[in-house]
Amino acid sequence: MSNTQGNLNTTAEVGIVEDSGSFPPFDSTTYPSQLLWLVLSFGVFYWVMSKVVLPRIGGILEDRRDRIAGDMAEASRLKQETDEAIASYESALAEARKKATTMAHDARSKVKAETESARAAAEEQLAAKLSESEQSISKITAESLSHVGEIAAETAGELVKALIGGRAPAKAEVAKAVDAALK
Amino acid sequence: MAGNSGNAIDPIHQFHISKIFPVEIGGVDFSFTNASLFMVVTVAVATLFLVLSTNRRGLVPSRAQLMAEMSYEFVAATLRGSAGNDGMRFFPLVFSLFMFVFVANMLGMFPYFFTVTSQIIVTFALAILVIGTVTIYGFFKHGAGFLKLFVPSGVPVGVIPLVSTIEVISFLSRPVSLSVRLFANMLAGHITLKVFAGFVVMLTGFGAVGIASAILPLILTVAITALEFLVAFLQAYVFTVLTCMYLADALHPSH
Repeated sequence: MSNTQGNLNTTAEVGIVEDSGSFPPFDSTTYPSQLLWLVLSFGVFYWVMSKVVLPRIGGILEDRRDRIAGDMAEASRLKQETDEAIASYESALAEARKKATTMAHDARSKVKAETESARAAAEEQLAAKLSESEQSISKITAESLSHVGEIAAETAGELVKALIGGRAPAKAEVAKAVDAALK
Repeated sequence: MAGNSGNAIDPIHQFHISKIFPVEIGGVDFSFTNASLFMVVTVAVATLFLVLSTNRRGLVPSRAQLMAEMSYEFVAATLRGSAGNDGMRFFPLVFSLFMFVFVANMLGMFPYFFTVTSQIIVTFALAILVIGTVTIYGFFKHGAGFLKLFVPSGVPVGVIPLVSTIEVISFLSRPVSLSVRLFANMLAGHITLKVFAGFVVMLTGFGAVGIASAILPLILTVAITALEFLVAFLQAYVFTVLTCMYLADALHPSH
């Protein structure tokens, strides 16, 4: 077994030859010890993994998943709220616009009606005044015309008196003469 | 002197098991060895990392916490992918197996560190744990219905004996293939690494020409180191995936 150990230049092959009697992995005298310590160490490892490490990592991952899902739900809720707010704002805006249009229309038609009525009233008033004025003019004209003969007679009487002196001719006479002249 | 020199380039030396505290119970050797030490170190490293990184329970994870969460979700996705949601009852087992094998493989990449998973008895014990869980849970849950595992549906009656024989052999060889795959990968990788690194040491002993020619094995050593890191992860993953597939059989024995 050890007859080559003195050789300084032992090669790898010689090394294998040297140990071929007990290739370590096939040396069954080490098996009980290896099995015992494997069972102990792997047993402890399995216990720690299943009781401590894996529940912990699983918990971390689940927390994160829940947190992300919660945040996503919150975000979509907020988005929905925003959408609703935008929709209500837009409908309010549209309604206000409609109302403004109606109000403008109403105001315009009201003003128009008022103007119309005021104009009609003014026109009526003017027409009334016109007809009144016409009436009074025609009355004055008629009156004036009726007094023409009288004035003429009076004037004629005065003229005659001034011209011939003395007593003025009788009124009836003069009127008669004037009427004749006027005709 | 001579012995040390031999050990320095002896690719098997790294698998030697040496006693640290001798323990003997009933004539059987249960000594605390370097293998035991590295099992404890593996468990301590994995546990401390997972516990300390998640201690803050941050809603926004730190880098370390993110790594712990990623390993959790990685194993959970693997298990859920092959065994469905029912399979999550085995999650602690699968996660422990993955972390244990992965950390043991990775620790084995440190120089002078012992590789726990390069011992066939360790990988075989882990494989028996998996197959034992599958068999016991399968019979517990389905009773004799678990035997449907060996009788695929839709097979003509005439060939059932043949198919069932093959299925039984394949089932029995599962612990062997599961354990040998991990063991052989770790063993072969570490031997290859040691052999190429040994070439570098040997060639540098032959003067200038030796040093010049040592460059090639040095480059290979670096490349194989990178490959071994990949293998360390990949074998832990393969072990986990196969565990998940076998557990799926326990949950749904009729294919």
